[in-house]
Amino acid sequence: MKFPKLTPKNITQASLSQTFTRRAMVLGAMQGGIGVLLAARMGWISIAENEKYSLLSESNRVNLTLVPPRRGWIIDRHGKPIAKNRTDFRVDIIPDRLQDKERVIGTLAQLLALAPEDVERIREDLEKAAGFQPVQVSDKLSYDQFAAVSVRLPDLPGIAPAQGFSRDYPAGPSVGHLIGYVGVASAKDYEERRDPLLITPGYKVGKDGLERTFEAALNGKPGAKRVEVTARGKVVRELTTRPDTPGKTIQLTIDAGLQEYAARRMGTQSGSVVVLDCRTGDLLAMVSMPSFDPNSFSDGIGHMEWDMLSQDDHVPLRNKTLQGLYPPGSTVKPMVALSFLEAGLDPDETVQCSGAIRVGNGRFHCWRRGGHGAVNMHRGIEQSCDIYFYVMAQRLGMQVIADMARKLGLGQKFPLPYPSQSYGTVPDAAWKKKKYDQDWQIYDTVNATIGQGYMLVNPLQIGIMAARLASGRAVMPNLLFGAKREAAPPLGVSREHLEIIWAAMRDVVNGRGTGGGARLSVPNVLMAGKTGTAQVRRITMAERSGGVRSNASLAFKLRDHALFQGFAPADNPRYAIGTVIEHGGHVNIIQDAPRISGDVMSYLFDPVGAMERLLAYEKDWGGDPFVRQQAQMAAYRAAHGMAPPVVPADNAMNAAPAAAARPAEDGAVAEPDAAGAEPSSSLPGAADNARAAAD
Amino acid sequence: MLLVSGIAAFGVVVLYSAAGGSMTPWALNQLIRFVLFTGMALAISRVPVALFAEAAFPAYGAVLLALVLVELIGGVAGGSQRWINLGFMQLQPSEFMKPVIVLAVARFYARLPVGETRRWTAIWPALLMIGVPWALVLIQPDLGTATMIAAGGVTVMFLAGLPLRLFIGAGLALAAAIPIAFSFLHDYQQKRVLIFMDPESDPLGAGYHISQSKIAIGSGGLWGKGYLRGTQSHLDYLPEGHTDFVFATMSEEWGLAGGILLIGAFMLLFRWGIRVSMRARDRFSALIAAGLTTTVFFYVAINLMMVMGLAPVVGIPLPFMSYGGSSMLTVMLCIGIIMAVDRDSGRGIGAGWR
Repeated sequence: MKFPKLTPKNITQASLSQTFTRRAMVLGAMQGGIGVLLAARMGWISIAENEKYSLLSESNRVNLTLVPPRRGWIIDRHGKPIAKNRTDFRVDIIPDRLQDKERVIGTLAQLLALAPEDVERIREDLEKAAGFQPVQVSDKLSYDQFAAVSVRLPDLPGIAPAQGFSRDYPAGPSVGHLIGYVGVASAKDYEERRDPLLITPGYKVGKDGLERTFEAALNGKPGAKRVEVTARGKVVRELTTRPDTPGKTIQLTIDAGLQEYAARRMGTQSGSVVVLDCRTGDLLAMVSMPSFDPNSFSDGIGHMEWDMLSQDDHVPLRNKTLQGLYPPGSTVKPMVALSFLEAGLDPDETVQCSGAIRVGNGRFHCWRRGGHGAVNMHRGIEQSCDIYFYVMAQRLGMQVIADMARKLGLGQKFPLPYPSQSYGTVPDAAWKKKKYDQDWQIYDTVNATIGQGYMLVNPLQIGIMAARLASGRAVMPNLLFGAKREAAPPLGVSREHLEIIWAAMRDVVNGRGTGGGARLSVPNVLMAGKTGTAQVRRITMAERSGGVRSNASLAFKLRDHALFQGFAPADNPRYAIGTVIEHGGHVNIIQDAPRISGDVMSYLFDPVGAMERLLAYEKDWGGDPFVRQQAQMAAYRAAHGMAPPVVPADNAMNAAPAAAARPAEDGAVAEPDAAGAEPSSSLPGAADNARAAAD
Repeated sequence: MLLVSGIAAFGVVVLYSAAGGSMTPWALNQLIRFVLFTGMALAISRVPVALFAEAAFPAYGAVLLALVLVELIGGVAGGSQRWINLGFMQLQPSEFMKPVIVLAVARFYARLPVGETRRWTAIWPALLMIGVPWALVLIQPDLGTATMIAAGGVTVMFLAGLPLRLFIGAGLALAAAIPIAFSFLHDYQQKRVLIFMDPESDPLGAGYHISQSKIAIGSGGLWGKGYLRGTQSHLDYLPEGHTDFVFATMSEEWGLAGGILLIGAFMLLFRWGIRVSMRARDRFSALIAAGLTTTVFFYVAINLMMVMGLAPVVGIPLPFMSYGGSSMLTVMLCIGIIMAVDRDSGRGIGAGWR
C-alpha cells in the first residue's frame, strides 16, 4: 500500500517527549474541564431545578389514599335510625408478614368457621398475590369473630383485621322505596364528576330515593391518608391522616315504628299506605309494598334476586306511593259531595236509588244491585250510593268537581325529594279536548264522580285529600323534620260544609256504612273515612245480567283495587291516611284496605295492641316481610336452580303480563305494571321515571 | 492512596445507606474487597515497570483469548454475553481489557523507533490492536465497555504523538458514521440512546433510570436530605442505587456539596495520575500512567454523565463507589500500575500514599 508521507518534520526523542508533555497537559485540562462541566451540571440539577425535582421525589414517595367518608344517617322524627352505617369487620392476610402459613390458615379456619372451599380460595390467592397485597380471608364478620381474631394477633403474624363501613337499613324492605339505596358509583358517574373518591374501594353513592336526592348532604368529606410507599407500592409507614367528615344526618318526619308497622301490616298484599299529620302535612309513613330490601341492593344485588323481584306481579321494584296511578274509586265521594255543597246543593235533598239509571245511551249501575232507596248526601257517602252522585253530578257539572279535586290535591304534583313522581289526572272538558280532541260527555262526568273513567291519582294524593278534608287547610306534604314552613292556608270552604262531610265519613266507619272494617280498636277514638273500589275491567251487559263475577274467582290482575282514605280522631282530626291495595278486590277481609288502615291508625294511639294483632296475623302469613322474602327467594332459587340464567332483557316483558286489561268505556284503568326492569342495573323503575299520566 | 481510600470509604458509607442502614449485603463486602484490592495494588506498585512492559503483549493475548471464549461459552446475563463462569467466580474479561489495552498500545509505541512515529506503520497495528477487542466486546454486546476500550487505546495513540489532524479527521468521520452505526445497534441500545435524548417520553419504561436518577440528584439540593434520609434510594424508586447509580444515591443524601467534594477528589486523583506520567522516566511509563489515568477518568466521566442525564445509560460503574468486584479490580489494577510508575520515577511511593 502506498500512503502519503505523514511527516515532513524530522522527529527526535526530545520533540516526542515535548509533544507528550503538551498533550498530557491538554488531556489533563480536558479532564478538568469535564470535571467542571459535571459539577456545573450537578449544580444546575440540584440548585436551579431543585424545586421541580423535590416535588417529583415527594410525589414518588407519598401516596395519598382517600378514606371514604361515612355517610350521614337518616333518622326518623324520634331520632331512630332508618339508614345508618354498619361497621364491617374483615380479616386479611399480608403474605409478606406471614410466617407459618399452614398453622395460621388452620387457626383462622377454625376461628372463623371457614368452609373448605374458602380455605382453598385463600391458598390460591396467596400463591398469586404480590407480597404486600392483602389477601382477603373473610369480610362481614361478626364482632365476636373479629374480636376472636384480634386477641390472637400476636400468635398470628401476617394477619390484618380491618374495619370498614357499609350502609345498613334496620327496617329492611319497609323503607326500600322511602329511602332508596346506595351502590358503587357507575362508570358514567365517574366520567361526569371525575372525582377519584368515586373509584375508591368501599365508596357508595345514593342510587335511588332519598339516598340519591340528598346525596350531596349525606356524602360528607373524604378523609385522606398520606402513606410512604416504595416503588413497588409497599406501604412503609403512615405519614399523616386527616379524618373523614361524616355526612350530615337527615331527620325525616317519618315515624320509623309506624312505617315498619304499616309495611308489615300490609301482609302479602301489593299496595301503598300514606299517613300524614293532617295539621302540618308531615309524612309519618309512606309505604310501598312489597319492596326490595335496600340492604341487599346496597351490597350489590344478586342476579337471582333481581330476576325474582322484576318478575313478581306485585311489582316490588316500583314505588307505588308516588309512581303508582290508580282510579280513586269511591274515595273521592266526600270530596265530590263537598264540591256540591260549595256549589249550593242542599245536603238534605234526596235521590231515589233503584240500582241503575240511564245516562245518555248507557245504563249506569249502583254497586248495590237492589238500590238504596231514598238517599240524601249523608247516606250517599255513608252507603257509597253511586246513583246519588250520578244524579247530582249531572245537575252541577264536572267543572265544580274538578276544581274541588284539584283544591284537595288530586292531580297535583308535590315538592317531595324524589326524582320521579306520577301525579295523575283530574279530567275536565278542557283537558279532554286537549288530550283527545273530543268533547266532554255526560257519561264522563258520571264516571268521574265515582272516581273512575279518566281520573287517576297516586296514593300520596289520596292521603293528602284526606288530610285536607280533615283540616280544611291546603296542607302540603313534608318529609324533612323541622323544615320551616308557613302554616297551611285555609281551603276556603265553609266549616259547616266540612262538618257535614266529617259526620258522613264518621258514619262510613262507625255507622252502618261501608267502612266498618276500619273501626279503631282504641277506646274513645273514632276514625272517619271512605272506602273505595276501583274496577280494572269492564263489566259487560251479559255478565251483569248473569251476575257479576266475584273478585275471588278472577285472576289477580283483573281484581278490583281496594282503597281507603280517612282521618282520626273523627271529632278533632290529627292524622290522615290513604291506602291502596292493588287488586285487593276485598277478597281477604283482614288484608283489605279498611282493616289495614284501621290497624295502622290504631298503632298511632295504641302501638302495643296494634302490634299484638299484627304478630298474630303474621303467623298466618308466614312471618314478617323479611322472612317471607327469604322464603320467596329460596323457592325461586329452587324453581330456577336448574334452569339456565334467564336473559334479563326478557324479564321486562315477563314482568308486565298483558297490562292490557284496559277497559275503555268503563274507564277504570289497570295500572300498567311494566316494572322498569333494566337487567341487573341499579335503578328499579328508572324506565318509567318520566312517565306521568299526562295532564 | 489516601485519596483513593477516602473516596472508597465514602463509597462504603453510601452503600451502607443504600442498603437501608445496614452493612449487609453491600457495604461490608465492598469494604473487604477494597482492603483486599488495596493490598493487591500495593503489591503491584512494588513490581518494576519493566515487568509490565514485558507482560503487556502476553496479557493482551490472554485477555483477547478470553474474550473469544466468552463469545463461545460465556454466560448470558441481561441480554448480553459477558461472563465466563470459572466456578468460583464470574470473570468478565472485557473489564480486564480496559487496562490491558493501554499497556499493550503503550508498549507498542514505546518499542516503535522514534522516527516511525509519524509513519503509517505507527498507526495500523495500534488500530488493529484496539479494533479487535473493541469489536469482540461490542458484539457481546456491551457498548459502554467497548467505547472505553477504544477510548483508552486512542488516548495512548494521542499521547504517543501521532499527527493531530488524524484525530480531527477521525473525529469528523465518526460523527458522520454515527447515524449508520446507530442502525447497527441492538434494539435495547437504540432505545437507551433515544430515551437519553428524551427521558420524559417514557418515564415508567426505559427512561425510568434517568428520570429517577435526576430526581434523586435534583431533590438533594445544596446540602442533601441528610444521611440515611434519601427517599428515592430507600424506597426503591432509584434503580441500581448501589451500583451504577450510586452517585445519585449519594447526591440525594449529601446534596451538591457531597457531589462537588467527590468530583473534586476524583479530579485530584487524575491530576496525580497525569503528574506521575509527566515525571515518568521512560516513554512506556509515561504512556501507561497517562493512559490508565484516562481510563479511570472515563469511568468517572461516563458514569456521572449518565447519572446526570448527559449520556445514555451504558452500565459503567463509578470507581471506588459502585458496588461490584470486577470494576474495582480493574480500577485498583490501574491505580497499582500508576503507583508503580510513580515509584519507578524515583520519588518513591511515599508521597502518594503514606
